[in-house]
Amino acid sequence: MSAYLLRRLAYALPILLGVNLLTFALFFMVNTPDDMARLHLGVKRVTPEAIENWKAARGYDKPLFLNVQASGSGVLTDTIFFEKSLAMFAFEFGQADDGRDIGNEIRTRMWPSLAIALPTFVIGLLVNISVALILVFFRHSYVEWTGVVLAVAMMSISGLFYIIAGQYLFAKVWALAPISGYQDGFNAARFVWLPVLVGVVGGLGAGARWYRTLFLEEAGKDYVRTARAKGLSEARVLFRHILKNGMVPILTGAVAVFPLLFMGSLILESFFGIPGLGSYTIDAINAQDFAIVRAMVFLGAVLYILGLILTDLSYTLVDPRVRLK
Amino acid sequence: MKGLKVRDLQVEIRSGERRLVPVDGVGFEVAANECVALLGESGCGKSLTALALMRLLPEGADIAQGTAELDGIDMLALPEREMRRVRGGRLAMIFQEPMTSLNPVLTIGQQIEEALTAHGDASQPGIKHQARELMTAVGLPPERLAAYPFQLSGGQRQRALIAMMLAGDPEVLIADEPTTALDVTVQAQILALLKQLQQQRGMGLLLITHDLDVARDMADRVAVMYAGQIVEWASRETLYQSPFHPYTQRLFQVLPAISRRGQRLAQIPGNVPGPEVRLEGCRFSGRCLRVMDRCRQETPAWRQLSPDHGVRCHLADGVDPMAAPVAAPAPSETSASPSAGEGAAKATGPVLALQGLAVHFPVRTGLLRRTTDVVKAVDGVDLEVHQGETVALVGESGCGKTTLARAALRLLEPTSGRLELLGRDIRQLEGEALRRQRAAMQIVFQDPFSSLNPRMRVGEILEEGMRALRPELSGQQRAAGLARLLEQVGLPQDVVGRYPHEFSGGQRQRIAIARALAVGPALMVLDEPTSALDVSVQAQILNLLADLQRQQGLAYLFITHNLSVVGYLAHRVAVMYRGRLVETGPAAELLTRPGHPYTRLLLGSVPGRGLPETPASVPGGQAAAPGGGCAFAPRCPQMRRECLEEQPALRELAPGRQAACLFPLV
Ligand SMILES: Nc1ncnc2c1ncn2[C@@H]1O[C@H](COP(=O)(O)OP(=O)(O)OP(=O)(O)O)[C@@H](O)[C@H]1O
Ligand code: SF4
Ligand code: SF4
Ligand SMILES: [Mg+2]
Repeated sequence: MSAYLLRRLAYALPILLGVNLLTFALFFMVNTPDDMARLHLGVKRVTPEAIENWKAARGYDKPLFLNVQASGSGVLTDTIFFEKSLAMFAFEFGQADDGRDIGNEIRTRMWPSLAIALPTFVIGLLVNISVALILVFFRHSYVEWTGVVLAVAMMSISGLFYIIAGQYLFAKVWALAPISGYQDGFNAARFVWLPVLVGVVGGLGAGARWYRTLFLEEAGKDYVRTARAKGLSEARVLFRHILKNGMVPILTGAVAVFPLLFMGSLILESFFGIPGLGSYTIDAINAQDFAIVRAMVFLGAVLYILGLILTDLSYTLVDPRVRLK
Repeated sequence: MKGLKVRDLQVEIRSGERRLVPVDGVGFEVAANECVALLGESGCGKSLTALALMRLLPEGADIAQGTAELDGIDMLALPEREMRRVRGGRLAMIFQEPMTSLNPVLTIGQQIEEALTAHGDASQPGIKHQARELMTAVGLPPERLAAYPFQLSGGQRQRALIAMMLAGDPEVLIADEPTTALDVTVQAQILALLKQLQQQRGMGLLLITHDLDVARDMADRVAVMYAGQIVEWASRETLYQSPFHPYTQRLFQVLPAISRRGQRLAQIPGNVPGPEVRLEGCRFSGRCLRVMDRCRQETPAWRQLSPDHGVRCHLADGVDPMAAPVAAPAPSETSASPSAGEGAAKATGPVLALQGLAVHFPVRTGLLRRTTDVVKAVDGVDLEVHQGETVALVGESGCGKTTLARAALRLLEPTSGRLELLGRDIRQLEGEALRRQRAAMQIVFQDPFSSLNPRMRVGEILEEGMRALRPELSGQQRAAGLARLLEQVGLPQDVVGRYPHEFSGGQRQRIAIARALAVGPALMVLDEPTSALDVSVQAQILNLLADLQRQQGLAYLFITHNLSVVGYLAHRVAVMYRGRLVETGPAAELLTRPGHPYTRLLLGSVPGRGLPETPASVPGGQAAAPGGGCAFAPRCPQMRRECLEEQPALRELAPGRQAACLFPLV
C-alpha cells in the first residue's frame, strides 16, 4: 500500500515539473518581464531605467535559466526560473504587485474559501444523491418525469441567475442575510449560509441528473435482478444493492475534486464579497498581477494531481475487487 | 396438485406502435419432486417465460394473459407485496451468468443472509448457522461466506447463487441455463448438485436449457419450445425414443456425435425466427421438411397423443393416439466427409509444426515493476497439423488453448520453441516476409458478432484481406474470387453490399469463414467457431467446414470444448491441461479409450450419459501448481505418491498415441 502510494507520488513529480515549466514559459517567455513592466508603468513615456528598476525590484532582472555571471551553484539558482518557478515547490510564491507575500495571503484566504466550498460540496453531494435516489425509486412515474424535466431546466439556467435571485430574495426582500461580506469566527455562519444555499441549488440540476444515470445503470445489472429474485423489497434493493454499487463511482469522483475546494469558487466569492482564494484570483486577473495568477495555476495543478491520487486510494478502500488484490 | 401449473402464458413487448409476442400461449406443469426441462434454441422465449413466472420481466415486457398456479394460487394475479414473499421463498430462480449475477461489493455471506432474513424471522445467530448449513448443502466450505464474488471461480459462484435461492426453501426452483457459461467438468458437478438437491428436498425443478443432452440427464418431463410456443411436451423416455414433432426430430438429427463420424449432418435450413418474424400458420413451416399446404394457412392446435405426450403439429391429426409414432425421416445423406479418411493424406510434410512452443507472460509487482513470476500459459507444446487434417485442441477454459493458437499464428510472440509453416521457420520472419506468410494461415473466431467490422460492407471485408495479402491480384480477379467465395460458403451474391449487422449469427460465421478463405490459406485455426451458434445452425457450419476441407485439402486446428463436435469432426485430438499437452492421438481411439485420467474426466463430464456420482466440489481447472510433480495430481483419482515427484512427459502408448501420465489407463 505505501509502496503503491510512493509510486503514485513519484509519477506525480514529473507532471508537476511539466506544469511548472509550462506556466513559466507562458508567464516569462511569451510575456517577457519587459512586457510586464511596460504594462504596469504605462506604455507612454517610460524610460528604460524605469523598466530596469521595476524589474530589479521584483527580481525579474535576472537571466531566465542560466546565470553565466554568477559563480558556483548560482549559475542555476540565481535565475528567474529557479527563484520564481521552482521555488513554488517549497510553496514560496514571492510577492504580489502590491508588495504583500502571496504565500501568506493564500494561508489566510483559504479559510473563508473553505467555509463556503466545503459545506456547499458536502450538502450538495447529499442532496444530489437523495434526489437521484428518489427519481430512481419512482422511475416510470410522473415523479421521475417531472424531476428530470426540472433538473434539465435547472441546469440550463446560468449560475449567475441563482446568485442574483438568491441575493434579491433572501437578502433584499426578506432581509434574512447580508447581501455580501464576511467575518471570521462564529459570525461567519451569518454570511456563509446564503452562498452555500445558492451553490447547492445551482448544482442540483446537473448533479442529480448525473447520479440518476449512474444509479439507473446499476439498476439494470444482473445482480439487481438476483436481489429482486430473493424477494427483497424495492427499498432494500435500492439502498443495499444499487446505492452501494453506485456509490463507488460517486465517491471516487467526489474525492477527485475534494482538494480543489481549497481554491474556492471564483464566481460565488466575488459576488458575495468573500475574501477567499476565488475572489483573490479574479481580482488578480483583473489587475493583471501575474505573480498571483501563476501561483494559483500551480496550486491548482498540485491539488488536481492530489485529487487523482486520492481517487485511486479511495478505490482501493471502497471496492473490494481492488482492495483485496 | 402440488407444484407449478402454467396455463396459456403470453408475454408482450410494446415499443411504440409495434407489439411483439415473444411468449405466446405457453403451458406446462412442474410437479413437486420432479424436474421439467424447458428446451429450445436461443431467442425462443425460454428466459422470458421464466422471468414472467417470477414477475421479474424486463422493462417494456408485460404479461398479457395466462395463469401460473402454485398450489392452486395464481401468482400472476397476486399483488406485488404478496408476490415478494413468494419470490425467493416458494418460487426461486437462478440465472445463467454466475459472473454478473452476484453483487460485487457484498460478501457471499451478506448476500445469503439477506435472503434468509427476507424469508424467515430467525435471530442473528440462527441466521449465521443457517447460512453455514446452506453453504455445506451446495458443496462450498462455510469459510467462504466471508469471500467476495470475485474471489470465487465460476462454478463456486453458481453454487453460492444456488445457496441464496435455497434460503427460502422453495417448492419450485427455476434454473435458467445454469451451466451454459461453465466448463464441462464444472457443468457436470453443478447439474449433479441440482439433481441431488431437487430429490433431497422434494422440490420441483424447472430447468431451462438449449442442450438436449443436459435435458436427457436431468429431466423427468420435457417441454420443447419453438418461436414462443411449446411444440411438444412429453416424458423424457417418450421424447427421446419417439419424438413426434418434425422440429424435435430434426433437433436430434443435427447433433454432431462420434457415432455420426463420416456422415453429413442433417440440417435445418434457415434460422430460428425472432419474435418480429411471425409466419401465418405453423411457425416452423418455413423450415419444416414435411410441410403441407394447410401448414402455411392454419395454425396447428395443441393435440394430446397420449396422456403424457402432446404436440402442436397438423401431422397429429388423424393419428391414432395409441398407434406407433410416425417414423422419423431418413437420418441423413451419407456423402463422405473428410473424417471418412482417417488420418488424411500425410504425403507432404506437416502444414503446421510446433516444437517446444512456449508462451510465458511476466507477472510484475513492486515499485520498479520487476518481473517476480511468470504465468506459463503455454509451456512446451509439440504439435503437427497435416494437409486435409483436423486436429482438435480441447481443454477447460484457461488452459491455454487460445494463447497457443495465437502464438502459432504469430499474433503473439512465443517465448521459445520452433514454429514451422509449410516447412518454413516463421519465428524469425519479420515485416513483409511475415505478412506474406500470413496468407497461408487464417483464423476464425468464436464470436461472429464482434469479429467483423460493423462499418464495412461484406464485400469490403472480404476484399480487404485479398488486397493486403494477395496484392498481385487485379480488380477483376478479385471480383471473380469474391463471387466464387460466396458460392463456396453458401451465401447469395447480393450480400456484398450489406453490413454485418444485417446477418444472423450463422451467416456472419459464414462471412468470417469466407474472409479467411479469401487469401487462400493452407491452415485455418478455428477458435470455438460454433459455440455461439444454435445447434441447428451449428450443423450447417460444421457441414460447410467439412466440405471446404474435402475440396481444398485445408488443415484445421479446431479449438473447442465441445467433445461431441470433436468426436464428429476431428481426425486427431490434443488434450491440453495447464499449458501442456497431456494426451494426443487419433480421435476415434482417444475418445473411446482415453489414456490420461484428465481425458477420462473430460469425457465423463459430457452430458447425455447420466450424471457423475459425486457432486462434491473438486478443485477447479486452475488449482495451485504442485511442487514439481504431475500438474493434474490434485484432481487425479489415480494419483499415487510417485506422481508428486516428477512431472510426466508425453510418452508413446501405442503408435500415434501419446499421454503424459506415469500410470496411463491404456
Ligand atoms: N427487453 C426486451 N426487449 C425486446 N425484445 C426482447 C427483450 N427481451 C427479450 N426479447 C426478445 O424476445 C425473444 C425471446 O427472448 P428470451 O430471452 O426469452 O429467449 P431465450 O429462449 O431465453 O434465448 P437464449 O437461449 O438466447 O437465452 C428474443 O427474440 C429476444 O430478442
Ligand atoms: S404443422 Fe406442418 S409445418 Fe408445422 S411442424 Fe407440423 S408438418 Fe411441419
Ligand atoms: S501422473 Fe499420476 S497424477 Fe498425473 S495423471 Fe497420471 S496418475 Fe494422475
Ligand atoms: Mg435465455
